[in-house]
Amino acid sequence: MMIYLDNSATTKPYPEVIESFVKVSTDYFGNPSSLHGIGTQAEKLLSTARKQIADLLKVKSAEVFFTSGGTEGNNLAIKGAALANQNRGKHIITTSIEHPSVMEAFQVLSEQGFAVTYLPVDATGRVSVVDLEKALREDTILVSIMHVNNEVGSIQPIAEIGELLKQYPQILFHVDHVQGIGKVDLSLIDAGIDLCTISGHKLHGLKGTGVLYIRQGVRIAPLFSGGNQEGQFRSGTENVAGIVALAKAMRISLNNCVLYAHKLKEIRTVFYHGLQEIDGVQVNSPVDGAPHIINFSVPGLKSEVLLHELETEGVYVSTTSACSSKKRTASKTVLEMYRNQERAESVIRISTSFHNEIEEAKQAIDAIGRAVAKLEKVMR
Amino acid sequence: MKFDHIIIRYGEISTKKRNRKSFVAKMRRHILWSLKDIPNVELTANRERMYIILHDADHKEVIARLQGVFGIQSLSPALKVERDIEKIKEAALYYMNQLSDPVHTFKITTKRADKEFPYVTNEVNHLLGGHLLRNIEGLKVDVKNPDFNLLVEIRREAVYLTGETVPGAGGLPYGSSGKAMLMLSGGIDSPVAGYLSMKRGLEVEAIHFYSPPFTSERSRQKVLDLAAKLAEVTGSFKVHIVPFTDIQVLIQQQVPANYSMTTTRRLMLRLADQIREKNHALAIITGESLGQVASQTMSSMFAINEVTNTPILRPLITMDKLEIIDLAQQLDTFEISNLPYEDCCTVFTPASPKTQPKREKVNYYESFVEFEPLIEKAIQNIETITVVPNQQTIEKEMEGLF
Repeated sequence: MMIYLDNSATTKPYPEVIESFVKVSTDYFGNPSSLHGIGTQAEKLLSTARKQIADLLKVKSAEVFFTSGGTEGNNLAIKGAALANQNRGKHIITTSIEHPSVMEAFQVLSEQGFAVTYLPVDATGRVSVVDLEKALREDTILVSIMHVNNEVGSIQPIAEIGELLKQYPQILFHVDHVQGIGKVDLSLIDAGIDLCTISGHKLHGLKGTGVLYIRQGVRIAPLFSGGNQEGQFRSGTENVAGIVALAKAMRISLNNCVLYAHKLKEIRTVFYHGLQEIDGVQVNSPVDGAPHIINFSVPGLKSEVLLHELETEGVYVSTTSACSSKKRTASKTVLEMYRNQERAESVIRISTSFHNEIEEAKQAIDAIGRAVAKLEKVMR
Repeated sequence: MKFDHIIIRYGEISTKKRNRKSFVAKMRRHILWSLKDIPNVELTANRERMYIILHDADHKEVIARLQGVFGIQSLSPALKVERDIEKIKEAALYYMNQLSDPVHTFKITTKRADKEFPYVTNEVNHLLGGHLLRNIEGLKVDVKNPDFNLLVEIRREAVYLTGETVPGAGGLPYGSSGKAMLMLSGGIDSPVAGYLSMKRGLEVEAIHFYSPPFTSERSRQKVLDLAAKLAEVTGSFKVHIVPFTDIQVLIQQQVPANYSMTTTRRLMLRLADQIREKNHALAIITGESLGQVASQTMSSMFAINEVTNTPILRPLITMDKLEIIDLAQQLDTFEISNLPYEDCCTVFTPASPKTQPKREKVNYYESFVEFEPLIEKAIQNIETITVVPNQQTIEKEMEGLF
């Protein structure tokens, strides 16, 4: 038995997506910047992929820029926006529960003389628009807020924040949409978003692919120097095969999002209630969080031990976010929400996708129940 | 609550006299085309206005489409309600709340066409005004200069509420001014010139000069992509691609370098004029802007224009580059035009083209060269492509990849 419940770490690529990748790599291997016919074909694939993604996101082709994924997208958006606009001010704002690729980028900028405000979150894992408004200053140039939190799945009030920031046209608004896309709706245009990060492998595409949306007219500084591909924002020969695969993965995922939204919600309900009934388990995710992430703690139990115990039963989950789980630190988001070290150190994240079944959720709940009972005897 | 119909006001057409009918017919055709995939909408017209009866269609979508139709001055969505004062109050509040611009002051203008309605005009104004003032915070009445004038029309069959005025594209109905040929280079200016001409009622077809291997397949594709943008106005757009390599090579060999540009332009114009005649058009449109480059100085235009007396329309002639770029960005053609491929205008540019060419001199140089056979050959080998919007330019075997 294999029940894969770590879809927020990465998703399994669709077979059709891999097919496209192989075909493009084999038959259309040209460099899109080459002037001959082979290059022209690659260029056509690139522009068709760009158009398809722009249509899916309801933006313009000229606003879609390809990157290597979420980490690069976030770094490019944040450092690029801050550096290109520092003559107008050096104050930047984010939240205390961002993904490390945002956190660390802000850290680097603060070492370079930028003043950073980290907005707190409440017990439901959300920032408040009032707090943000209070934090705005004359010299604020950038606000970066994730849409769906990667650890607990709380959904930030992006539309309201966008509405507020529309009154401050000098402030750029970046949204890390890596966990949200295909799971929680977000209109980039209506929310007044200037920069938006998307990653390919979180929506059944391939690793090493991603999109940064840059609203027309927004200037950012590139991270890489080179051949000035991607409208000079991102040098480096385009990963045409990965990009075509990403366009296909996004089309299929957004379609599945409509088809299976109900199932995803139902699975979450099974987990939410099932977990609450297990002794010693505390659910960390807010009731109204994203439909694909459920986070819980078993205080006193090391999460890594529980993870491996579940693995022996064929259930694959995660401790905090995959990117920070190697460091064995407490979950920053859970700590921010509940201010409880023990709770934050014993965190398990379940993250689903459209292809999980309700039956799998029930089996996983049983496995978690057994594992917790077994380990509690040993560890306490 | 749903919108019942959209009022379409004619722009300049309403000043026309005897030919008015054909103007309206052309606009009607364009409107029907732009709404063709929205089921159930219905178009009716009288002398002053047209009406789109929505029948459940989304009024915002319909308005967005109509904003692309030339000849429309403005649009107003209208609500239809029963002749019940409570229902009318509710509708008035709904109308005010759905406006996109903030409204601080308002007035109400009631037309009581049906004199049997139990309330007189002033009573209706007061009842509705009072209802709005009670329900919308900070709203004030201003009968002299209101932000918004809510129009209430009481008729025998129903009551109509309107007042919001959405600007239309203006101009004249597509095709009402006849046909002209646009010289489309792939640069920033010519697509804008083409759009402005269409807006003024011209039916437009494009001519592109193609010189492989001096210009690449990509520059040709760029022109087709631009044409696809222009095709969004009416659904299709014709491009005549003229093989120009032989002529350009001959010019390079036979005409002194500083005059080669002038001669090239003259030959392009001669070819364009013949294509115009074959296609029954009455003018040639260019994206020229006075003094922008060597071929667009007054002296150059004087020397180049000598080859024809067909009207040459230059919609951009007095515009600055930045104004043109602004328009190109609005039309979404700027990004396409800005792609850096060699086109026929850039490859053969001499180091120092004459900015003040003389007619006598250019005629003298050209008198030694026999261009006619090559012109004839080029005309015979024209490839005409009809481009549609959002055209998938990828080959069949690529389609499955997406």
